[in-house]
Amino acid sequence: MLKDQDKSPASGGTHPSSTNLTEVNADTEMLSGGDMVARALEEEGVEFIFGYPGGAVLHIYDALHRHPKVPHILVRHEQAATHAADGYARSTGKTGVVLVTSGPGATNAITGIATAYMDSIPMVVISGQVQSHLIGEDAFQETDMIGISRPVVKHSFLVKRTEDIPRIIKTAFYLAGSGRPGPVVVDIPKDITAPSYKAPFDYPAEIALRSYTPAEKGHSGQIRKAVELLLRAKKPIFYAGGGVIQGNASAALTALVRHLNFPITNTLMGLGAYPGSDRQFVGMLGMHGTYEANNAMHESDVILAVGARFDDRVTNTISKFCPQATIIHIDVDPASISKTVISHLPIVGPALPVLEEMLTQIKDIEAQPGIANQVDTEALDQWWKKIEGWRQTHGLYTANRFDDTSEHIKPQEVVQLLHRLTEGKAFVTSDVGQHQMFAAQYYLFDYPRQWINSGGLGTMGFGLPSAMGVKLAHPDSIVACITGEGSIQMCIQELSTCKQYDLPILIVNLNNGYLGMVKQWQDMQYESRYSQSVYQDSLPDFVKLAEAYGHVGIKITDKSQLHDQLQTAIEISKDKVVFVDVYVDPHEHVYPMQIAPDGAMNDMYLSKTERT
Amino acid sequence: MPASDSNNISRRIVSLLMENSPGALSRVIGLFSQRGYNIETLTVAPTDDISLSRLTLITLCDDQTIEQITKQLNKLIDVVKLVDLTEGEHIERELMLIKIRASGEAREEIKRTADIFRAQIVDVTSSLYTIQLIGTQQKIDAFIEAVKDSNVIEVVRSGVSGIARGEKVLSL
Ligand SMILES: Cc1ncc(C[n+]2csc(CCOP(=O)(O)OP(=O)(O)O)c2C)c(N)n1
Ligand SMILES: [Mg+2]
Repeated sequence: MLKDQDKSPASGGTHPSSTNLTEVNADTEMLSGGDMVARALEEEGVEFIFGYPGGAVLHIYDALHRHPKVPHILVRHEQAATHAADGYARSTGKTGVVLVTSGPGATNAITGIATAYMDSIPMVVISGQVQSHLIGEDAFQETDMIGISRPVVKHSFLVKRTEDIPRIIKTAFYLAGSGRPGPVVVDIPKDITAPSYKAPFDYPAEIALRSYTPAEKGHSGQIRKAVELLLRAKKPIFYAGGGVIQGNASAALTALVRHLNFPITNTLMGLGAYPGSDRQFVGMLGMHGTYEANNAMHESDVILAVGARFDDRVTNTISKFCPQATIIHIDVDPASISKTVISHLPIVGPALPVLEEMLTQIKDIEAQPGIANQVDTEALDQWWKKIEGWRQTHGLYTANRFDDTSEHIKPQEVVQLLHRLTEGKAFVTSDVGQHQMFAAQYYLFDYPRQWINSGGLGTMGFGLPSAMGVKLAHPDSIVACITGEGSIQMCIQELSTCKQYDLPILIVNLNNGYLGMVKQWQDMQYESRYSQSVYQDSLPDFVKLAEAYGHVGIKITDKSQLHDQLQTAIEISKDKVVFVDVYVDPHEHVYPMQIAPDGAMNDMYLSKTERT
Repeated sequence: MPASDSNNISRRIVSLLMENSPGALSRVIGLFSQRGYNIETLTVAPTDDISLSRLTLITLCDDQTIEQITKQLNKLIDVVKLVDLTEGEHIERELMLIKIRASGEAREEIKRTADIFRAQIVDVTSSLYTIQLIGTQQKIDAFIEAVKDSNVIEVVRSGVSGIARGEKVLSL
C-alpha cells in the first residue's frame, strides 16, 4: 500500500544519478528504467503490447528484446496501435497497452486515445519523451504529450525519476481499469530508461490514492427507492449502455430485466449487454434506433438508465426528451448523472453490485403479501401490447423495412446474412458510417463484448486495427470487420500487420462508392449536393490490394451469389485474412432516423418517403 | 427535464485541495476551457502541508453548471477535496496593489480615500502612491470606483481566497 508521503512531488527534475536512494533491500533487483518498464508490464500480466519504435523508446525496446514474455505487436501506424489495444480491451475487459515514441509517434496515437476516452476503455499508453534536460527546448521529436493528451485522458504522468517507474506504472494500470475506466498516458523521457542507471525495482502490490476512491457499491436507500418506482411503473423501460458491458454486469442486468418482464433498449455502446435476439429487447435507441425503442422511451413513465449517458445521439432535443418519465440513473461516474438530462433518482455505483442488489430487494419486497408489492402485470400487459403494435407497424425485426426485392445487394441483408452464417457468434468490429449503423441494427448481438465500435468519437479507421486486437485475444473466434470503402482506407496499412502476425480477420466492406453517411445527410439536408463524398472511379481494386498484402480478396457484385460467396469467405477466414468487397446499393439510407433539430425521441423518418 | 435550463446565474466560490504536483493546475484550468466553464478569478498556493495546494476560483454560472463543475473537478485525479464556499457562511478576501499618480491636491485626497477604506500606502515617491487594500471583491471594486477620477497607473489584484466560517474546514 502506498503511503501518503510517497505521493509528495518527486524531487523535481533532478537527474536520476544525482538522487540519493532510500535503503535498498538486499534482494531487491537493480534494474534500468527500460527493464523496469518491461518488468512492470510483466507484473501486470500484460498479454500484448501494441506499438511502434522510435528514438525516445529505444531503451525500452531493447529491454523488451530481453523480456520476450510480453509479446509486442508491431503495427504500421501508431493510431492502429491504440485501436488494436482498444479492441483487445473491449473484447476482454482487460487493459490495453500501447508503446509509442515521442513527437509524431505520440501525436499519431492521439486519435486512438481520444477514441478510448470517449468510450471509457481501459488503456495504458507509454510514450517516449526527449531527454529530461531537453524538454522545453523544441528538441528533435519533442511534443508536449501531457499537454496534448490532457483533454482525452483519465490521467497522465510525466516520469521524472527512474525510481518512480514501478509506482507510476502500477498507478496507471489501477486508474485505467478502475471506476469509470479510461486511457492513462505515461510519458517517459529517454534518459530515465537509459541502461547506464539502475535503481531498485520493487513493484507495489497495491495502490491507494487519497484523491481517488471510486464507488464500490450503490446506496441501498437509493436502490430501495428505485425498486419502489420500478414496481409501481406502468410503462417502464430499461435503457442500458456501455457501462453495463464495461462493468461486467450483463448477466445481472439480464436477470433483472427477465425477472421484471420489462422492455429493454440498448445504446450503440450497450449492444450485447442484453441479448439482442430476446423478446424483451426492443432494439437500439437514438438517432438510428428502432421505431419501437424510441417510441417506448418517449411514452415511458419510468426509465431505468444504467451505464448510459444520455448522449445527444440518443436524446434528440433535450427539452422534448421523454416528457412523462421519471428517470433513475445508475452510473459509476457521478459526473455522468444529470449532465444533460436531469435524473430524478441518481444511484452512484458500479452497475454490477447495484443491479444485483436491485434484484435482491425486489425479490424481498415481492415475498411480502399485497399487490402494492408486485409489478402491475395488467399495466405491463397493456404496455407490451403497445410495443408489439409498434413492432408490427414499423419494427426492424418483424419485416424487412428495406426493399429486399431490389436487384441491388442491400447492405442490411449482407449483415443479416453474416449474422446467420456466423450463427450470431462472431466478434464484429466496425468503422463509422452507414455500414456501422446497419451492423448495429442487423447483427443482433447476444453477448457482451461482441460488438466493438467507436461510439463516442466515431473514428473512421477503427475497424481493422481493433479487429486485430480482438483476434489476438480470441484466436478461435470469427472476427469480422464490417466497414466501408471510405473508412477502411484510413487504416488499410494494417493488412500488413495482419500478415506478420497471422491474424485471419474477415473484412466485409460494404462498398457503396460513397462516404455514405455523408451522402445520406446531403440527400436529406442539402438537396443531394454531394460535396466531396464521391470517389468516382478512384477506388482501389480491393481484391488485388488484399492479394498484394498476401491475403485473399473476394468481390461480390451479384446478389444471387451473395450467400455462397460470403459462406466461402467465412470458411477461408478461418485461417486467412479475407477481404470481401461487396458492392451494395449506393443509394440506400439508414432508417429510422430521428428528425433533428427540434425533434423528440419519437420523431423519425422511417424511409425516404415516410415519417412519423 | 433538461439540465441547464435555468437562467439564474450566480457567483460561486469553489475552493479545493489538490496534489501539489506538476500538471495538476493545468488539469483544473484545462477542464474549464475544455468544457466552456467560466473563471473570474483564480488563486493557488501550497498549504501548510506542502504536498497539497489550495486553489480558489470564482465562476459565474447557474445551479446545474456548478453541479457539473464540482463533479468534473472532483473527477480529476489530482483533486483531493472540494467545497463550494458560497453554499454556506464564509469569509472571502482579495488583495489589491494599486499605483496612483498622486501630486498636488490629489495627493491628500487619495490619502484620505485610502484611510476611509483602511487601505495602506505601502510605497511612496514624490509623485506616486502604491496602495494595498485587502477586502472583499466588492470593497476593492468600490475603492477603484472611488479613485477612478485620479490617475490610476497600475492595478494588481490577487483574486479571491476564501474560507468557511466556524467549525467547517476543508482539510484531509
Ligand atoms: C476520422 C473521421 N473523419 C470523418 C468522419 C465523418 N464521417 C462519418 S461517416 C463518414 C463516411 C464514411 O464512409 P464509409 O466508410 O464509406 O461508410 P458508409 O457510410 O459509406 O457506409 C464520414 C466521412 C469520421 N467519422 N471520422
Ligand atoms: Mg461508403
